[in-house]
Amino acid sequence: MNEILLSAKNLSVRFGGVLAVNNVSFDVRQGEVFTLIGPNGAGKTTVFNLISRIYTPTMGEIDFAGPKGMLKLTTQPPQNVASLGIARTFQNIELFEHASVLHNLLIGRHTHRATALWQDFFFTPKAREAELKAREKAEEVIEFLSLQHYRDTFVAGLPYGVRKVVELARALCTEPKLLLLDEPSSGLNVEETDDMAFWIQDIKHELGITVLMVEHDMTLVSKVSDRVLAMNQGEMLAMGTPREVQNDPGVIEAYLGSIDDVSSLRRTANGQFNVAGAS
Amino acid sequence: MRFIFKTNYAQDVNLAKHGGHVFWYSALMLLLVAAPWIFAEYWLAQLTLVLIYSIAGLGLMLLAGFTGLFSMGHAAFLGVGAYTHAVLTNMGVPFPIALACAAGLSAAVGLVVGLPALRVKGIYLGIATLSFGFIVEEVLARWESVTGGNAGIHIKKPDIFGWVLGNGEQFYFLCLVLTVAATLGILNLLRSPTGRAFVAIRDSEISAQSMGIHLAYYKTLSFAISAAFAGVAGALYAHNLQFISPDQFNILQSIDLLLMIVIGGAGSVHGAFLGAIFLITMPQAIAIIKDYLPATIGQAPGLQGLVYGLVLIAFVLFEPMGLYGRWLKIRTYLQMFPFYRKGMFKRQKSFQKSERLK
Repeated sequence: MNEILLSAKNLSVRFGGVLAVNNVSFDVRQGEVFTLIGPNGAGKTTVFNLISRIYTPTMGEIDFAGPKGMLKLTTQPPQNVASLGIARTFQNIELFEHASVLHNLLIGRHTHRATALWQDFFFTPKAREAELKAREKAEEVIEFLSLQHYRDTFVAGLPYGVRKVVELARALCTEPKLLLLDEPSSGLNVEETDDMAFWIQDIKHELGITVLMVEHDMTLVSKVSDRVLAMNQGEMLAMGTPREVQNDPGVIEAYLGSIDDVSSLRRTANGQFNVAGAS
Repeated sequence: MRFIFKTNYAQDVNLAKHGGHVFWYSALMLLLVAAPWIFAEYWLAQLTLVLIYSIAGLGLMLLAGFTGLFSMGHAAFLGVGAYTHAVLTNMGVPFPIALACAAGLSAAVGLVVGLPALRVKGIYLGIATLSFGFIVEEVLARWESVTGGNAGIHIKKPDIFGWVLGNGEQFYFLCLVLTVAATLGILNLLRSPTGRAFVAIRDSEISAQSMGIHLAYYKTLSFAISAAFAGVAGALYAHNLQFISPDQFNILQSIDLLLMIVIGGAGSVHGAFLGAIFLITMPQAIAIIKDYLPATIGQAPGLQGLVYGLVLIAFVLFEPMGLYGRWLKIRTYLQMFPFYRKGMFKRQKSFQKSERLK
């Protein structure tokens, strides 16, 4: 397949006594949709926070194919991650609430700023030109995600579903190579989730952006993902196509429990009522 | 009701969004330029003071209203600017150079104070800046060889390369020019990437960072710009009173500045001006009302403090957007008459927040 865009090697992070991520390694290849799944507390978002440099790994490293070839992401300061080409969304939506949608998208253009402070202060012709250029780029994203209707609305007054899209739009405004989506469909209804799946496929095919996402909705996962990594309690369970991972015995056990658990349940219920016979 | 039909992106970049803006702000400028011939000397002096406070207010508005960092010791920057300017002016340095030095030194001090802001926030930042205010006041009082200590120092008239601004009208125009320049500067910053970075930091640090905004750089920058504005205001303040002493830059002054921002309306450039007008006219209004009150109340000490306190509480409770927010509502009411609905400005509860960056 294609070349590797991001590669995590033996990633571990420890918070006090908790080993949130334990020896996780995976490669994200150029142009694919790579999904992390797993029950709550599996360490998926922690992996995201490691990639966006909010946390520093206790062990292991992350390599990223930046503009100037492979580099060690783990030594980069957090604010540089965006300019290297990694954009992200947040699980609980972190938009700039007291600003319009357009304003939010323009903040997304920050890594492309072309003016110095004094040019901003005097609003020189160059600043004006840069401003108009940023606006054009923002409009492209607005059109891509059909946000025209909400362009001048303040984020504080938008419904949850739209905010989710605005956050995606803001991430796209940075023109990333790798897009990290933290639960893009959480809190969305069926229709909105369908739209989201459609957009993720468009982002992959039309914009050629590689997507790394955390997602619980297995319909969405199997629709858009090329490869899936299942995690549980900070460890890797299985990796492969969505179908392979879904049929993996370890994954089934993590989600549903093992046969042993069920039989132990039967034993404790013995005498009062028979669980197996009740159905 | 005005509907703006947008045909060009430049329309959103321009400062004047429509003809109404052009008309009203031109009218305001005309009034301000004609003020010396319209108003009596006393009111012109008050207007000058409003302009001076507006400059300091614009700076604090950038810091508190747009970057979300509250400074409880902003009078210290005013003091640093005022003293730098006074000392240099008395040494015979021309006004523009002394002013630039005052702004520069204030900005440098702001940079230093901004450093703790990278680690502490909210009430802790308030305490840090508050103590900084005390330190500066104390330095101004003790460093007698330069500042003249508690006795204060007199300052010569502004001298722009040999052109001495002797009377109040000339000084008024000087303040007006600087205020307009400061306002344009702030407006320009706010419509460019720098200003947007400030707003981003105010609303969500974690996502500002993930958008590539260098938190440390922009926070200290905000402190420096804000302090520079306060420094300029301090220099003008020194000229206005012609005499400065450390107690003019104490905690009460800091509170006045903060009051100005909150009552004016945090997060709006208009708010700085409305707040300044409030701050200057309020003592006059109280003095006028005093005569009509029974002597036990009217002559009681601390009446002004009480009124300020009550007004502040009322604003925080009923109009958190300040005077400017109230004006927006009135304007909308008039524009939409008679279709205004009661719940139009009802505040919305914001959605859950994920954990903030520590």
